[in-house]
Amino acid sequence: MAVETTRRAATADAGGGDSGAARAGGRGTGNETGRTGGSESASSGTGGRGGAVAGLRRAAQVHWYAWAMVAPVVAVIATIVGYPLLRGVWLSLTDADEANVERVIGVNHLPATYRFTGLDNYEAILGDSVFWDRLGWTVVWTVGCVGVTFLLGLTLAVMLNRQVRGRSFYRIGMIVPWGIPAFVSVFAWKMLFNEKNGLLNKVLDGGGIEAVPWLGDPVWAKVAVIAVNVWLGVPFMIVAMLGALQGIPGELYEAAEMDGAGPWQRFRNITLPGVRSVSSTVVLLSTIWTFNMFPVIYLLTRGGPEDSTEILVTYAFRLSFINSPRDYATSAAWGVLILVLLSLFTVVYRRTLRRQGEVW
Amino acid sequence: MALTKTAAAPARRRRRGERGPLAALGLHTGLLTATAVALFPPLWLLVTSFKPKSESFTTALVRHFTLDNYTHVVADTYFLTWLGNSLLVVVGTTLIGVFVAATAGYALSRFRFPGMRPLMWVLLITQMFPMAVLIVPLYNTMASLGLLNQPVGLIVTYLTVAVPFCAWMMKGFFDTVPVDIDESGRVDGLTPFGTFWRLVLPLARPGLAVTGFYTFVTAWAEVAYATAFMTGEENLTLAGGLQTFVNRYGSDWGSMTAAAVIVAVPAAVVFGFAQRHLVAGLTAGATKS
Repeated sequence: MAVETTRRAATADAGGGDSGAARAGGRGTGNETGRTGGSESASSGTGGRGGAVAGLRRAAQVHWYAWAMVAPVVAVIATIVGYPLLRGVWLSLTDADEANVERVIGVNHLPATYRFTGLDNYEAILGDSVFWDRLGWTVVWTVGCVGVTFLLGLTLAVMLNRQVRGRSFYRIGMIVPWGIPAFVSVFAWKMLFNEKNGLLNKVLDGGGIEAVPWLGDPVWAKVAVIAVNVWLGVPFMIVAMLGALQGIPGELYEAAEMDGAGPWQRFRNITLPGVRSVSSTVVLLSTIWTFNMFPVIYLLTRGGPEDSTEILVTYAFRLSFINSPRDYATSAAWGVLILVLLSLFTVVYRRTLRRQGEVW
Repeated sequence: MALTKTAAAPARRRRRGERGPLAALGLHTGLLTATAVALFPPLWLLVTSFKPKSESFTTALVRHFTLDNYTHVVADTYFLTWLGNSLLVVVGTTLIGVFVAATAGYALSRFRFPGMRPLMWVLLITQMFPMAVLIVPLYNTMASLGLLNQPVGLIVTYLTVAVPFCAWMMKGFFDTVPVDIDESGRVDGLTPFGTFWRLVLPLARPGLAVTGFYTFVTAWAEVAYATAFMTGEENLTLAGGLQTFVNRYGSDWGSMTAAAVIVAVPAAVVFGFAQRHLVAGLTAGATKS
């Protein structure tokens, strides 16, 4: 719905479609002029059958404000995302490592000596079980975290959306984890999880339960990292879902109640469809964030014990910055594979949404 | 159908929105539990920071109140240097990031220009770039430019994280500012830049606050780049520095908790102020995207 309004505003404000002004000029209509930059396109629109060069010049005339304003972003993205991306793809096709990249030792400048090796890195990675193991756990981690976070967030948002005494206290209290830098919270959890002396085990001990090796056992470590990530993610989810819930008109509920719909029916038929557009966006975002979530795992378990909690991203980091010698080429190849996976996911996700009639 | 149902309903029907005592109890229990779980870890960090080192892991609340951990962290470690490094990086990133994102967001919201659609796509896609793709090439580039261990290197790097999302969010904000305002500015003879700078930007102040805050938090809390690009105790930022307290070779939980509290409190206070706008902004951005 929101998309619809934006689009209408867009058409009203700039004269029809992406390359609207240019096309309008070509057809020689000139009455399809916009409000922004309107005068320019109006004057040249009527007489403008002058061919491609004139069209281009006119486009520059009409659009130079817009282009000037996006130029900084384009520059930033081109230099610090575009260029490294291309270089990363290139590195992934070589045998670059710590010993053969361009580097400076003291006053000596050593040129790069790595070679192009084609798809060797990819072949090695995909042929090795390490990648598939890590991928499996990464999927479990992502689905588990996003699923639990979403359910908890939605439940708590529904509870908070009611008339309840102390509502703002609860709301602020629950949002607190969001306001604290993640690495600080992770350290707090690391302290609570401490096997010998941590508070969690002491409490369990008080209840007569044996100490749990939270970060020392592969299975428990997985539970622990997911729990911490859920704890970190729920506040955002609550806030987003509260916003969505407040956008549902109250009359819908009244009408449903008049028709005798029970609470569950109201939830299923009004609340869930009402929060759908927000939740599909939020789920996509948090899936991507979780898939790439570095600090929780790196700081809590360093990927251990024995790689059991290592997700793709932390593993790629380890290849290039922790292992010795640093293997830049393989790490870059892991990075490219991660990007490909995420892009595939996004495309499939969007297509599914679209098939279900969601405009996004 | 509805009529007969109402008639058949028991006489003491509750008013709309009213709850039975059991439902109220359940609701409050649930909300209280969630709040307690949310608040406990940071609170425990705070409590522990006031205990002497030897008692870091006791379950009791503070028995021997002490500020030793704080004085130790501030006086005897590199903490203040890390704090300075972090502030430098974060302020630089926020100023540049917000400015760049605001102009782009405005252009995307108000003009329809060739190249707009691809740009929106690029912004969207960049948001899902895993740091794993960029970190190696960025590291090598920074190394050859001599920018490793320099705050500038991190500022440049963090812009990759902050700018795409912020530009997207700012577009959402500008969309909520009525176009009439631009028009009246144009009628009064302002250029598009003038309209943006004098009229629209002040109205989008909540948006600026949100993007600024988002950038601030992203840069303040980033771990991977900070760990990889900054080495040597005096060059670390907070995210890297705190790791040195609790690592393989030993753990100084006392210092760690004190440092963590000093890091968390300003962030939480800023967050407290920005929170309302943040909520409005994110939901606006979410429904608009």
